[in-house]
Amino acid sequence: MHVEQPILQIKNLSKQYGAGCSNCLQPNARLEKNFCPVCKTVFACKDVSIDLYRGEILGIVGESGSGKSTLMKSLYFDEEVTSGEGYLEDFHNGSLNIFTQSGQQKRYIRNALLGMVYQNPMLGLKMSFSSISNIAEKQIAAGSRHVGNMVNRSNELLNQVNIPLKRSKEPPKNFSGGMQQRVQIAKALSSNPPILLLDEVTTGLDLSVQASVLDLIKTIQRELQISMIVVSHDLAVIRMLADRTIVMLNGQIIEQGLTDQILEDPQHAYTQQLVYSLL
Amino acid sequence: MIQIENLQKEFTIHHLNKTLHAVRDISFTVEKGSFLGIVGKSGSGKSTILKSIYGTYIPKSGAIYYDSETLGKINLVTASPREILHLRKYEIGYVSQFLSVMPRTTALELVEQALLETGVSYEKAHEEAIDTLKHFDLDESLWNNYPNYFSGGEKLRLNIARAVVKKPRLLLLDEPTASLDNASKLKVRESIEKLKHQGTTLIGIFHDLEFMDGLCDEVFTMRKAVVNAYEA
Repeated sequence: MHVEQPILQIKNLSKQYGAGCSNCLQPNARLEKNFCPVCKTVFACKDVSIDLYRGEILGIVGESGSGKSTLMKSLYFDEEVTSGEGYLEDFHNGSLNIFTQSGQQKRYIRNALLGMVYQNPMLGLKMSFSSISNIAEKQIAAGSRHVGNMVNRSNELLNQVNIPLKRSKEPPKNFSGGMQQRVQIAKALSSNPPILLLDEVTTGLDLSVQASVLDLIKTIQRELQISMIVVSHDLAVIRMLADRTIVMLNGQIIEQGLTDQILEDPQHAYTQQLVYSLL
Repeated sequence: MIQIENLQKEFTIHHLNKTLHAVRDISFTVEKGSFLGIVGKSGSGKSTILKSIYGTYIPKSGAIYYDSETLGKINLVTASPREILHLRKYEIGYVSQFLSVMPRTTALELVEQALLETGVSYEKAHEEAIDTLKHFDLDESLWNNYPNYFSGGEKLRLNIARAVVKKPRLLLLDEPTASLDNASKLKVRESIEKLKHQGTTLIGIFHDLEFMDGLCDEVFTMRKAVVNAYEA
């Protein structure tokens, strides 16, 4: 086996809300969880480093406020990082830090090299536009101009995510939660990105709909060999999908490993608590 | 093929402030193509050894050397998760007593997927999956059903089929015959003999000593988290 290069490499990513002070900006800062009691700065992500490999699903678990979603938003440039480096193999062969690129380059990365599925479909879709327009929007942003090609690709994707084509002109606001998530997945895939980011995509859906969305994600991963980062507070979802798993607490990675190892032989006290709480 | 040196595994339960010693100072070697049977009472650490080899458990100390076809001689205790995933995909199989599956995945798809992830064509995966399901006498009416509705024995046969279809170089069997009737056990035995003939190395835990008779080349007996007896 040759030495594998990660398709995405994140080094020491930090995101803080607030300027920080002499209490919290030193190496062994005294914080209340990830919050500085002196200057009220919140350290949402602190020195997070991850590698994602081609074709794998990486799970990220942790309680609310652990920094999972901030990490995803930072990767998708919804949030500006405070510090850290990110390298994508498909962007200048991983030689340039994506976080220090111009707005134009970041838009290119976001539209052509990444796909994002939010927990709340309202963040990822324009609810009053037709589903087919929503999907075409990302293709236009990624550089497509041929209307016929875009329509064909959108229909192909709607078919792939099991949305009846006769409903392609309906806006997502007419759809159920599960269907809205499937339209989001179709949109995220429309520019053939090598990496898909999924942020709590099954939260709030009923069990049978959850199963169909998970099934769809797994099928897409198997057929397209796409790499995915799946954020969830639900360990059952992570067990079902992820090859490797990262556990976050108070903005930091506290444990990582094979998913079955994390679930059956958790090392950290917090991970043990999480696993013992699994129904 | 597998060389285990002074393996120790402890479980630290933080909220109880307690450490459990599961396996202490285990050493043994398994030659290529041979079958090692591990016997012992519940809680003696049999499954812990298999899960440490498979990478599910992190040993406290010791080494597990495995002669990989693609990675060379590798210590599974210090191997990276990506290396373990690679070995699981192409070389090492594991059969437990329990079947965990994706929702809404049929029995046939489950066995096909095991092959598809190794890069074989759909046609070949389909053909071999059907042959394997037939071998384990899984009724044809069940092939396109979801395993959630299967009986314990049917689930177990499907679980074994999923591991065996990939023809692994090393197969770890964690009480795979626990709830099988005699006819099914015979099928498992036939399959194990076939794998042995093809050169697969096997390590298995069985409560059924009769089943192991004549099948294993070596037997370890474990007691109180230590290998107490060795028979060849």
